[in-house]
Amino acid sequence: MRHLAFAAGVLAATSAVAETPILTVYTYDSFVADWGPGPAVEKAFEEGCGCDLQFVSAGDGAALLARLKLEGARTQADVVLGLDTNLTAAAAATGLFAEHGKTPVVDVPNPFGEAGAWTDTHFLPYDWGYFAFVHDKEKLPNPPKSFEELAKSDVSIVIQDPRSSTPGLGLLLWVKTVHGDKAGEVWSALADNIVTVTPGWSEAYGLFLEGEADMVLSYTTSPAYHRIAESDDGKAFAPFGRHYMQIEVAGKVAGTDQPELADKFLDFMLTDAFQSVIPTTNWMYPAMTPEAGLPEKFGSPLDPALALLAPAGEVGALRKQALDEWLSALSK
Amino acid sequence: MAERAVQIGQRAISWVAACFVAALTLVPLGAVFWSADSIAGVLTRDWGTVRFTVFQAFLSALISVLLAVPVAKALARRRFFGRKLLITLLGAPFILPVIVAVVGLLAVFGRSGIVNQLLGVFGAEPISIYGLKGVVLAHVFFNLPLATRMILQGWQAIPGERFRLAATLGMTPWQVSRTLEWPMLRSLVPGAAMVIFVLCLSSFAVALTLGGGPRATTIELAIYQSFRLDFDLGRAAMLSMVQLVLAGGAAAVALALAAPAGFGAGLDRVVRRFEAERGAVRVLDGVVLVAAAGFLLLPLGMIVLSGIAGLGRVPDVVYEAALVSLGIALVSTALTVGLALALARQGEVWGYLGLAISPMVIGTGAFLILNPVIDPRLVALPVTATVNALMALPFAVRILAPEMRAIEAEYGRLADSLGLFGWARMRWLILPRLRKSLGFAAGLAAALSMGDLGVVALFAAPDWATLPLQMYRLMGAYQMQAAAGAGLILLCLSLVLFWIFDRGGRVDVDA
Repeated sequence: MRHLAFAAGVLAATSAVAETPILTVYTYDSFVADWGPGPAVEKAFEEGCGCDLQFVSAGDGAALLARLKLEGARTQADVVLGLDTNLTAAAAATGLFAEHGKTPVVDVPNPFGEAGAWTDTHFLPYDWGYFAFVHDKEKLPNPPKSFEELAKSDVSIVIQDPRSSTPGLGLLLWVKTVHGDKAGEVWSALADNIVTVTPGWSEAYGLFLEGEADMVLSYTTSPAYHRIAESDDGKAFAPFGRHYMQIEVAGKVAGTDQPELADKFLDFMLTDAFQSVIPTTNWMYPAMTPEAGLPEKFGSPLDPALALLAPAGEVGALRKQALDEWLSALSK
Repeated sequence: MAERAVQIGQRAISWVAACFVAALTLVPLGAVFWSADSIAGVLTRDWGTVRFTVFQAFLSALISVLLAVPVAKALARRRFFGRKLLITLLGAPFILPVIVAVVGLLAVFGRSGIVNQLLGVFGAEPISIYGLKGVVLAHVFFNLPLATRMILQGWQAIPGERFRLAATLGMTPWQVSRTLEWPMLRSLVPGAAMVIFVLCLSSFAVALTLGGGPRATTIELAIYQSFRLDFDLGRAAMLSMVQLVLAGGAAAVALALAAPAGFGAGLDRVVRRFEAERGAVRVLDGVVLVAAAGFLLLPLGMIVLSGIAGLGRVPDVVYEAALVSLGIALVSTALTVGLALALARQGEVWGYLGLAISPMVIGTGAFLILNPVIDPRLVALPVTATVNALMALPFAVRILAPEMRAIEAEYGRLADSLGLFGWARMRWLILPRLRKSLGFAAGLAAALSMGDLGVVALFAAPDWATLPLQMYRLMGAYQMQAAAGAGLILLCLSLVLFWIFDRGGRVDVDA
């Protein structure tokens, strides 16, 4: 163990000699992948910061928060990028995040007040999207238009487990915010439509593409991937009236040793250089529409009036109740 | 006196290995406990989960070994073209990453798979693979090959002289089964079933993907939820204890049921099975082999087909990741074999610890311990290799221990009288006779490490992704075809690694 610590010391010393400050950003796996936004963001930020931007990936959004709680105040992270608004209250409650002190006007629907206003004091958004059921236009020309219609139909779906994935949790809150006290009944009615429940998004989407179900829980932007990257116009999402949102955010770690760089990164996050790579790498809507607009064929977002979101502070209690209803409805 | 000193030396090595394994598994568990907030109410809340976990693991183990016995028997007494290749290929499902295997199974048994298309042609109702039957089907797919190989080793360990004697006495196949094969099965089958039972206890992705919903919740998912969603370390630690106790119970039952076979020493001749050289038995073996090969190889074929289509889309980083995974696999294999050799003679039970404790708990515990001392990114690869070794160790010990005991029982006194102790005994007596099993164990360890998604995700060094992790990243970015291509590369590398080790162990040996 001693020589491991020694090796770490040597590495730290080397970087001190080089005098290039390191900004460590914790994020999720698909962000740092070669085909994700990470490489382009790193290149653009390093051009102007005189620093070394290092991404560290840890699973998905929920895993990020778990990782940070494990490390506590000792964490190496300066910025955490990739939590969503279902996690922000729990994240802020850890006391590990600093307030950003910024008042940006963003292009993210705000179901709770003035359009464009961003009120969260700890976290800033970088992209967002709507959850939706995606289907094949040819195989399912007339998809159901609501959870009730879906439940009455014999359309089969694949969903993700809310205990292990953020989309699964999103669906849970979607049904809960639409149907309130009746959410349990809706789940009971949906039970025979659910082919299976997967641990994460990848498995579910894979099953759907293999033809195991008519629809899969994903995002309204998923068909854009097929249109743009695969020139395949065959996929669409089913409009369900109001759609639950996922807003992805980043925050500055309170104990950071690079507070100025961290602030600089958060500012950079809402500039064109960052935002313009989001649509076709992360396949979500950018939080600030780039000057050039959204890519052709990407499709514009739904009317903001249809956006649905549980207030960050109520998610914790809502999740517990909704998870119990989900479990008892589907365990019968 | 010298003899005694040497024996103490051997015992010390076993003890060191046992302590090493115990420290690597139990200390992280302790670390998780230490950070725990609450440990109340776990069992009452999760009773349904525990019941389902045990039930599916029991069914999976039972069906796997019941099917493995005729397959191993047919493989043991038939010589045919491509037999060696078939035995290697039969090992493939066990070493596949879950998601790759599930895709293969779905292509055959899924809603739009081969079986349902055939049923559709005949106007029959489609079958559904989801639910308990899907979970058990997948577990049998994974574990039938393992059970077959373990039992096949037992058949090959029966000296050919016994079968020759049986033929001289004019025994029927039934009589041979009763007098020669039954004692071997009694000593081997409980252990094989135990390993599979424990393996299925910690099933997570299979149970979730094919289980159909929360009815099919396993303890491992509850552990996952405790870590990721609730960050309730106490509950995670308690659930791991439940898993440990269940696995320990299974091990105790298996050890109580297993009786030593005691065939005496043979001369290692090629086994000719006189009693099985008649038409009906030949046809029966043929049917069994074709059915098993179809069940195991058809999904593999579908993985290869979809993988070839995606091979052109695989980005270069996948090949870099393949090199990283290869390196980890080799280090992990060396560690597994070393520990297994030390534990196979004494302290066998310690070798099973890695199987009983969730990798999630070991990874998190190791993280809790290492993080204050060193940046986890710096040790991501060594930690991954070590945890992979712990996960493979139970199989290696299970394969080596009975052989080692048999060698000691049959040649131990001869070696004693010749004064062969320590390294000399290892080199001249044990290693040569253990070579086949050693190759098999090393091949398994290497291939398992290749396919493991593992703790590297927790320690996450972004520039050093393993192949399975890179495959998941591709899937997460909608690139399912490229992911299928990466899956095929993974399958091929795992098989080649397995083949090299397994073959290496059988050079110059007719079997």
